[in-house]
Amino acid sequence: MAEKLLIDIQKDFPGHQVSIQTELELTPSWTVLFGPSGAGKTTVLRCLAGLETPDRGQICFGDEVWFKEGLNTCVTPQQRGIGFFFQDYALFPHLSVQKNIGYNLTGISKDEKSERIARMTETFGLSKLEHRNVQTLSGGEKQRVALARTLCRNPRLLLLDEPLSALDSPSRIRLRKELRHLLEQFNIPVILVTHDRTEALSLGDRMIVMNNGSVLQDGPIAEVFSKPNQKTTAGIVGMENVFPGSIKEKKDGLAIVEINNNLLEAADFGLDTGSVMLGIRAEDIVIRLTKETKSSARNQLRGTIEAIVSEESLVRLTVNCGFPIDALITRESKEEMKLEVSREVTLSVKATAIHLFPH
Amino acid sequence: MITDPLLLSIKLATVVSALLFLIGIPLAGWLSVTRLRWKFLIEAIVALPIVLPPTVLGYYILVSISPNSFLGSMYLNVFGSALPFSFPGLVVASILYSLPFAVQPFLAGFESVDRRLSEAAWTLGASRLKTFLTIVIPSSIPGLITGGVLSFAHTLGEFGVVLLVGGNIPGSTQVVSISIYDQVQALEYEQAGQTALTLLVFSFFVLSLVYATNRKVWTVWPKNS
Repeated sequence: MAEKLLIDIQKDFPGHQVSIQTELELTPSWTVLFGPSGAGKTTVLRCLAGLETPDRGQICFGDEVWFKEGLNTCVTPQQRGIGFFFQDYALFPHLSVQKNIGYNLTGISKDEKSERIARMTETFGLSKLEHRNVQTLSGGEKQRVALARTLCRNPRLLLLDEPLSALDSPSRIRLRKELRHLLEQFNIPVILVTHDRTEALSLGDRMIVMNNGSVLQDGPIAEVFSKPNQKTTAGIVGMENVFPGSIKEKKDGLAIVEINNNLLEAADFGLDTGSVMLGIRAEDIVIRLTKETKSSARNQLRGTIEAIVSEESLVRLTVNCGFPIDALITRESKEEMKLEVSREVTLSVKATAIHLFPH
Repeated sequence: MITDPLLLSIKLATVVSALLFLIGIPLAGWLSVTRLRWKFLIEAIVALPIVLPPTVLGYYILVSISPNSFLGSMYLNVFGSALPFSFPGLVVASILYSLPFAVQPFLAGFESVDRRLSEAAWTLGASRLKTFLTIVIPSSIPGLITGGVLSFAHTLGEFGVVLLVGGNIPGSTQVVSISIYDQVQALEYEQAGQTALTLLVFSFFVLSLVYATNRKVWTVWPKNS
């Protein structure tokens, strides 16, 4: 059985409190701490790194106790053997790329050190920049130097604080695709803090949703998106229908996606074939009683209504088409079509309303 | 034996600013990280020479280093000479007198270094001392230069403390500011004018250099948390 990271901490601030209680398996997987800014995500990450001390509770890494209330010890950041990636990189401005990556790489021979730095610069595509001062680099290059510096010491746990937020939009899209792949070879558990839904869906395996200092929901990422346990969570994640699927083929600017033996057509945003996360907003789904023969919506699914829940002026339908899909329609539509539980309906979704996230 | 008061002044200022680097860097470094509740008292003590009349400071220094005092008698026993009215006595007095002019810019420099750089170094396994030496100090060079230059210039221009602690012994404690005073007392205005002009030009040059390289010279106990 894999060792576990036990987090059960509270930290007080004037006027509010951050508290989290969870357990993560220390296997190479990605956990996303998700929520709006000010939710307390970064505080949790800093407590894990030892840069902040919680007021109550405990943090245990396997059988190491990093922090325990009452015990007058808190393991220092130096002793934790973790990698921490800062939102704005925190590169040492007076040092070169090479010296940044190799900073405090002690306890190994000089040859081994330069060999390891060379391997990191190659992995992260920095080979030609080794001797450049980090202040002269572009945003994307800085980000890669910071990643290389963090990973050069073979940390046991990688903590990423908004790793893509300081990048311009084209580099962000490119690196979002690369990041998971790039870190795969290091084979370590990753905890990622982000407020970006796309980032969470592209990178996460598990998601912990935080708001106002506390955890709202904690579970596999598709489940958190498709079954938010309360309205606040639904509002924060903002997309109800998220399913794992895979791109089978691409033609005429469309991607054919398979999900639970159904084939859907989605607008192709330049993704490669392979596994993806597929997201559909509940309000983008059109409900009909009968199957249309001619429609601009590329996708039609038959299913039975499993649940009907009123939400202010709208009604939320959960339709089972082999997998559950949520749809939001107006109260009037529901009355007109006389929709009720166990009735069979057709769902139509435009190809452009299906969002694909490489996974 | 140096008999020129200007050269003696420069020698004093050089020795004092060198020693202030040794004392001021650890002190400012400690002040920049400590969370001690009584930190403000130490800050106030370091800053005292800025507001205290030099004669008051000089009086206390003189009393505390006199051979009748504990410190003074200890020095006498170890080195076989008394501190007051000697060059080493002047050095001790000047260090105290110029301390804030070194410590404040040092501290301003250390505190302007992004805290996340230190945190990054810690997560990379570097000790607090190593982080201070390899990250904080190299990132605060302008503050260190400012502190060095200011304490040099300030020591060069001191008068009251020197007169009380060192007296007016040519070649040993007669620094340039005192020699000007002497020349004026003796009605040697032409000579006094020349010395004064030299000091004025020199001080102006030094301060221009400081302001050209660093905008935040007189920030008193800056806080950027």
